[in-house]
Amino acid sequence: MIEFRSVTKRFPDGTVAVDDFSLVLPSHKTTVLVGSSGSGKTTLLRMVNRMVDPSSGSIEIDGEDTSTLEPVALRRRIGYVMQNSGLLPHLKVLDNVATVPVLNGVPRREARQQALTLLDTVGLDRALADRYPSQLSGGQQQRVGVARGLAADPNILLMDEPFGAVDPIVRDELQQELIRLQRELGKTVVFVTHDIDEAFLLGDQVVILEQGGRIAQVGSPTEIMEAPASDFVASFIGADRGKRALSIRKTEHGFILVDGEGRAAGVLVGTADAG
Amino acid sequence: MNLLSEAIDWLFAAERLSGSSPVPLRIGEHLLYTFVAVLVAAVIAVPLGYLIGHTGRGRELAVGLSGAARALPSFGLIILLVLLVGVVRAPLAAVISFVILAIPSILAGAYAGFEAVDRRTIDAARAIGMTEWQILWKVEVPLGLPLLISGLRSAVLQVVATVTLAAYVGLGGLGLYIIAGLALRQFDQMLGAALLIAALALVLDALFAGLERVVVPAGVSVGRKGFRPTSNRRRAVMETSIESGRG
Amino acid sequence: MNWILDNLDLMLELTLQHIRLSLPPIILGFLISVPLGWVAYRFQLTRGFLLTVAGLLYTIPSLALFVILPPILGISFLSEINITIALTIYAVAILTRSVADALGSVDPAVRDCATAMGYGPWRRFWTVEFPLAGPVTLAGLRVAAVSTVSLVTVGILIGVQSLGYLFTNGLQRRILVEVFAGVVLVVLVALLIDALLAMAGRRLMPWAPRPRSSRRLALRGSAAPE
Repeated sequence: MIEFRSVTKRFPDGTVAVDDFSLVLPSHKTTVLVGSSGSGKTTLLRMVNRMVDPSSGSIEIDGEDTSTLEPVALRRRIGYVMQNSGLLPHLKVLDNVATVPVLNGVPRREARQQALTLLDTVGLDRALADRYPSQLSGGQQQRVGVARGLAADPNILLMDEPFGAVDPIVRDELQQELIRLQRELGKTVVFVTHDIDEAFLLGDQVVILEQGGRIAQVGSPTEIMEAPASDFVASFIGADRGKRALSIRKTEHGFILVDGEGRAAGVLVGTADAG
Repeated sequence: MNLLSEAIDWLFAAERLSGSSPVPLRIGEHLLYTFVAVLVAAVIAVPLGYLIGHTGRGRELAVGLSGAARALPSFGLIILLVLLVGVVRAPLAAVISFVILAIPSILAGAYAGFEAVDRRTIDAARAIGMTEWQILWKVEVPLGLPLLISGLRSAVLQVVATVTLAAYVGLGGLGLYIIAGLALRQFDQMLGAALLIAALALVLDALFAGLERVVVPAGVSVGRKGFRPTSNRRRAVMETSIESGRG
Repeated sequence: MNWILDNLDLMLELTLQHIRLSLPPIILGFLISVPLGWVAYRFQLTRGFLLTVAGLLYTIPSLALFVILPPILGISFLSEINITIALTIYAVAILTRSVADALGSVDPAVRDCATAMGYGPWRRFWTVEFPLAGPVTLAGLRVAAVSTVSLVTVGILIGVQSLGYLFTNGLQRRILVEVFAGVVLVVLVALLIDALLAMAGRRLMPWAPRPRSSRRLALRGSAAPE
C-alpha cells in the first residue's frame, strides 16, 4: 500500500505542482492518475521512488516513510516504466532487462537467465535478446521497458505514460498485455496517463486530477461514469458531450452501439435478446 | 622568467619600429597574406559549400576531402609547393598552400550552416511559395551565416599559423623573427615574436567571435542560449571539424 | 624515385619516430580531457571559463607555442618534452570541448531512467553516461589525433626529428620527391591512427549508429517488424 499524506511540491521556480495531496493506493491494484499537463500527475509518480522529494508531507510504502529510506536502494526495489521506454541504448535487450538485478548484486549469468524468462512473460521473442534497442520497433521497446520494470520482481510498478508514444493499434495490444500481466502478477501499479479511456480500461482505482494535483474525483471507472463528481469530471470523461451515452442502432447485419456523437463504439452481441 | 622580461625588452626596443625589419611591416605582411589567402579560398569555397548545402549533393565527397585535408601537414605542403612552383616564386607557392589549407574549413562552414537550418523551415518556405533562389537568399544564407563565419574564423587562424611557418621558405611575416632567431639562438627575439603572433591570433579570433555573434539573426539568438549545441551543429563538427588542424 | 629506394631505411626510422612522438599527446590529451570535460559539462560556471581557455590555447599557432612554453615551464627549447607538452595542450583544447559536448549529448531521458532504476551517481557516470558520450568523444579524439600527427612535423624547426625532417632536408637539397614522400607518409600515419580509432570505436560501441547512415536510420525509426 502506498499512502500520500498532505504532500505538497513546490519547485524552485515557484510553481506548485502538487498542493496538499492525500491518497491511499491499495496493494495489488492498479491506480491510474489521469489529468492534463500541469496536473502534477508525473510529479506525484516520481515522488514514490524519490526522483522528486516533496516540499512537505510524507509518502509511506507499507507504513514506512520513504524519506527515511535511501533513494538509490528504494529505486532498485520499485519498477519504473517510462514513455519512449527509456532503454539504455548501449546495452543489448537482455542486459537492459537484467540491469536492476545486476545493480542489486545478482550474478550477471543468473540475471540474464531470468531476463530471458521475462521476455517470454511480456510476449517478446527470445531471438530479440541480443539486439540493441534501436533495432526494435516502438512497441517492442515498450515491452522491453515493461520487462525491465518487472525484473527485480518489485511489489510496486510505476508507469509514466508508458504507451504514450506508440501508435493506437500497438497501444491497444500493449494495454491488453498489461491487463493480462496484472491478472497474473498482481503488482501495485501506479499508472500515469492523460488518456481517460486508457485510465478507465486499466484502472481499478482512477484518480482524476485538476491543475496543481487537486483531486477532482477518485473511484472505480464505474463509479466515476455513474456519478461524475463535478462538471470538470463530466467534461473530462466526455459525459457532457454524450460520449459515454451509448445507444443501440440497428443495421443490416445486426446491432451496433453508438455513442452520443454518433460514432460506433462496439457491436452488440447476443442481438436476439436485445432486438 | 628572466627570458620573458628580455623578450618584452626586445618587443619594445626602438629598433622594432625603425630597424631593417620593423614589426609593423611584419604584422602587415602577416595580415596581408592571411586575408588574401582567406579571400581567395572564400571565393572558391563559399559558392561550392552553398551548392552542397542547398542540394545536399556532393556532401560525402566534401566531408571526405575535408577529413583528408586535416591530415595534410601544412608545413610539408608549403615546402612541396615551393619546390613545385619554383623557389623564386615562393610567395605564390605559399599563398597557394594557404588557400588549399583554408578551403576545407570555409567549405564545411558554408554547407554546415545550410544543414543546420531546420528542414521544416525550408519546407515551410517552399510551401508559402518561395522560389529556390529566394529560399537560398532569404532563409538559408542568413540562418547559415553564423556557421559560415565560424568556418572563416577557423580558416583565418589556420592561415595565421601557417604564415608563421612560411617564414622558413623566405616569406615575411612575424614567423621570420622566430626562424631567424632559431639560427642565431636569439631567444629574446623568438619569444617576443611568439608572444606577438599569439596576440595577433587571439585578436583575430576575438574579432571573428564578435562577428559570429553579430550575424545571428535576432529571432534565433534566443534559442542559442542553451549550452547544448544543436545536433546538426555537432554533427558538422564531428564529421568535418570546422576547427581543423593547424600549421 | 631513386631517392625513395635509396632511403627506405630513413623513411621507416622517421615514420616510427613520428608515431612515437604522436602517441603520448593523444593519449595524455584524452586522459586529461575526461575529467576537465566532465567539470565543464557539470558546472555551468566553470564551463565558460574552461572552454574559453581551451579555445584560446588552441588559437595560438604551434610554432609560437613551442617558443612560449619552454621559458614558462623551465625546459629546453630543443627538447622532445616541449613538443609533447605543446601538442598535449592542443589535444586537451580540442577534447575538453568534445567531452563536454558529448556528455551534454546524452539523452536526458536515458539519464533520468538510469536514476529511476537505482544507479548511484558514480556508477551512472561510468556505466551509462560515459559510454553513451563515446561516439561524440571519439569524433573529437579522431580530430585531435589527426591534427597531432600533422603538427609533429613542425617540431623539426626546433630540432625534434620526425617526418618533418624530410621537408626541411628536401627543401635544402631541392629534392621534390623527398618532400612529397614526407607529406604522403604523414597523411598515411594520420589515416592509420584515425582508422585504428574508428575501428576501436566500432568494436567498443557496436550499438552506436554509423555516422554515414544516421539520417536514413532516423527516418526508418521504428519500422522494424513487431
